[in-house]
Amino acid sequence: MRDVAIIATAQTKHVRAATATNEVEMIQPVIQEVIERSGVDRHGFDFTCSGSSDYLAGQPFSFVMTLDAVAAWPPISESHVEMDGAWALYEAWVKIQTGHADTALVYSYGKSSPGDLPRVLSRMTDPYYEAPLWPSSVDIAALQARAAIQAGVTSEQAMADIAYRSRTSAAANPFAQLTSSAQPSALMDEEYLADPLRRHDCAPITDGGVAIVLAAGDKARSLCSRPAWIRGIDHRADGHHLNFRDLTTSPSVSIAAEKAGVANGPIEIAELHTCFTHHEPILRSALGLGDDVEVNPSGGPLAANPMMAAGLIRMVEVANRIHSGEVSRGVAHATGGHALQHNLIAVLEGEG
Amino acid sequence: MGAERVAVVGVGQTKYTAVRGDVSLPGLLREATFRALEDAQMTLADIDAIVIGKAPDFFEGIMVPEYSFVEALGAVGKPIFRVHTAGSVSGSTAIVASGLIESGVHERVLTIGWEMQSCSEAMWALSFNMPFQQQLVAGAGGYFAPYIRQYIARSNAPDDTGVLVALKDRQNALKNPYAHLHEHDISYESVKESLMLWDPIRYSETCPSSDGAIALVLTNEAGGDAAAAEGRPPAWVHGTSFRSEPAMAAGRDQVSPQAGKDCAADVFRQAGITNPREQIDVVEMYVPFSWYEPMWLENLGFAEEGTGWQLTHDGVTAMDGDLPVNCSGGVLSTNPIGASGMIRFGEAALQVRGMAGEHQIDGARTALGHAYGGAAQFYAMWVVGADKP
Repeated sequence: MRDVAIIATAQTKHVRAATATNEVEMIQPVIQEVIERSGVDRHGFDFTCSGSSDYLAGQPFSFVMTLDAVAAWPPISESHVEMDGAWALYEAWVKIQTGHADTALVYSYGKSSPGDLPRVLSRMTDPYYEAPLWPSSVDIAALQARAAIQAGVTSEQAMADIAYRSRTSAAANPFAQLTSSAQPSALMDEEYLADPLRRHDCAPITDGGVAIVLAAGDKARSLCSRPAWIRGIDHRADGHHLNFRDLTTSPSVSIAAEKAGVANGPIEIAELHTCFTHHEPILRSALGLGDDVEVNPSGGPLAANPMMAAGLIRMVEVANRIHSGEVSRGVAHATGGHALQHNLIAVLEGEG
Repeated sequence: MGAERVAVVGVGQTKYTAVRGDVSLPGLLREATFRALEDAQMTLADIDAIVIGKAPDFFEGIMVPEYSFVEALGAVGKPIFRVHTAGSVSGSTAIVASGLIESGVHERVLTIGWEMQSCSEAMWALSFNMPFQQQLVAGAGGYFAPYIRQYIARSNAPDDTGVLVALKDRQNALKNPYAHLHEHDISYESVKESLMLWDPIRYSETCPSSDGAIALVLTNEAGGDAAAAEGRPPAWVHGTSFRSEPAMAAGRDQVSPQAGKDCAADVFRQAGITNPREQIDVVEMYVPFSWYEPMWLENLGFAEEGTGWQLTHDGVTAMDGDLPVNCSGGVLSTNPIGASGMIRFGEAALQVRGMAGEHQIDGARTALGHAYGGAAQFYAMWVVGADKP
C-alpha cells in the first residue's frame, strides 16, 4: 500500500442553524481555506470526492449544486458518496492506492436545521417493518442505551459523566457548538427525552461542513511538515434489523479495528463518532481501548454533530493533533445508520 | 491501470419492466446478485465487499436504503459502500468497485446498480423547484431539448436522425430478453408519428421509466485467470475514468461538454486506444433521448464535430455496421436510472465475453461502456477487452 496522509484540514464553526447560507455558501469558504493551507494549486487536485445527503437537503441530486463550491472548471475527476465524508475520504484513499491520483480534495457537509432531524432519520429504516412505525433516531438510540445499561456496559451516571466531559472539553474547540455543561449531578435531575436518554445524552442538531486534503508519499512530505499518515483504514457493516443484533456490542467496529491495525501500537487519542453518550463505552470496548486513552478531546459529536461531516471531522481532529506534534498515534471512527450500524476506523500516525 | 488487473467474471440482470410489484427492494437486488454470482460460480460468502449505486433516495422514499439490505445481501461484517453521482451513478459505482481491486484492497467485489422507479414519478423528481433558480417543470427531456435543437442547428442533421436512432435501439431490444420495451410492431412511421413531447424529442424517442437491477462480480487477475481456465471468459478492464463539470459555467458547451471529451481521452489513453473508431468494436452509450447518439459519437471522438448523424444515417451504428451502438437496446429501451450506467458497463463486458446472446456482435474484442448524468456534466466510462491489458 502507498503511504497516504492528511496534509491539511478545515471546518466550519458549527452552529444550530446556518440560516443565512445555503449548502454551497456554507462549504465554499471551508474548501477555499483547505486548498490554501494545503499548498496544492486549485486546479492541481488529481481527485475530488464528497459526501452529503439528499434527505437532509430535501431535494434529489443536492450534491450537484455543491460542485459549484469546488470550481470544477476545467472539468475534474470527481465522485460523491451518499454517506458521511469519512467514506468519501476512503474512496479517495483507494483512488490514490490505484496509482491514478497523488492528491485528493475531500469535503462533506450537512444542514440538518431545515427539517425535524430525528423524524427525517426515521426514513433510514427498513421500509416494510420499521419505517411505518416512524421510529426516530432518538427512539432507536434509547433502545440501544437501555440494552447497554441492562448488560452492564454503561449506566445513566456514566453517560452523564461522558456528556459533561465532552462538552467541557469542547470549551477549547473554537469550532464546537456546545462548549459547556452543568455538573453531572444536575444533568441526572433532568427529565428523560426517551428513557433512558436525557437531552444531554444526545448530540446536538448542527449545521456545518469539513474539508481535507490527502497526498501520497513524498508529495505529502513536501507539502506538510508533519503529515498525518493513514496507517490503516477499513469499514464494515452490521445488520440492520434491531432484533437480529446484539446492540450492546459492535462486531463491525472490532473487525474494522483489526483490519486497520489499531492494536499494532499505542493509541494516544481516539476521536469517536458518538452521536449518543452510550456509544462511547460500546466503541471503547469494541476498539479495545485502554482506560488511559483520551476520547474526544475536541468534545466530539456531543459538542457538534453536523450530519455527513461529523465522521470526517473525527479524522480531522486526530490529524490536527498529529500536525501540531501533540500526539503521534490516534484512532478516528465514523459511523452511519442507526445504532452504530456502519463503522469506519482509521489509524493515523505522525512520523518520528 | 494500477497495480492489479481487474476482471469482470459475473454479470446478472433482472428483467426490466415498468412495475416489478412481485419483489421487495432487497429481493430485486438479490435477483440480479444471484444471477451474477451464478455466472461467476461464486456464492455471497466469496464476496469481500459490496458497492451499490442508485439515483436519489427520494425515488423510493427511503434514506440510504442499502442499510436495510445488509442482511439480504450477506453483507454483515463486510464493507458496504454507496455511490451517488446523478445519472452516471452506476457507471461511477462500477469504477469505484474496480478501484477496490485495482488498488489491491480487495480480491472479489460485488457491485450493484438498481432503481425501483415505480415507487415514484421520476420525471417530476427531476423537476424540483430550487430557490432562486428557474424551475424547469419538464423533466430531463425538457432540460435537454434545447441543446438537441442547438446540435441540429450546428450540424444541419436531417430531422429524422432521432427517429432512426430510436427505431434501431428498440429493434435491438427485441434481441435482449432483459430489455424493458419489446415493441414488435415498431416502425419508422410509428416513431415519427408518436407524440411530440419536447420538440424535437418524440414519445418514442424517449427512455421509459423502469424497475430493475444489475450486478457485476469483479475479481483480481488470479480470479480472471481462474474463470478463463474453467472456460468462462472474463472481460478485462482496460481503463476507467470519471469527469465532472459544473451545471453552469461561462463558456460551457452543453452540446458537447468538455468533461465528456476529457473523460473519453483519459479512458482511451489508459486503454491504449488512439483511434477509437478503428479500435473499439462495440459501444454501449448512455442515450436516454435519441439525438444523444450522434451527439455522443462526436463528443467521444468516434466522428468529427458535426458529422455524428452521418454514422447513424449510414447504418454504421446498427448491429451490422462497423461501430454497433447499443445492441442491448440501450437506455431508450430500458431505464432504471440508478442501474442504467452499470447496464452499459455490463453489456460492454458481455460483448467482449461473447455472452450477449442474440445481440452479440461476432468477434467483439474491445468495448466501451459510457454513462452521463446531471446537466450533461457527470461522466463515467470504462473500456473492457477480451484480452488482458
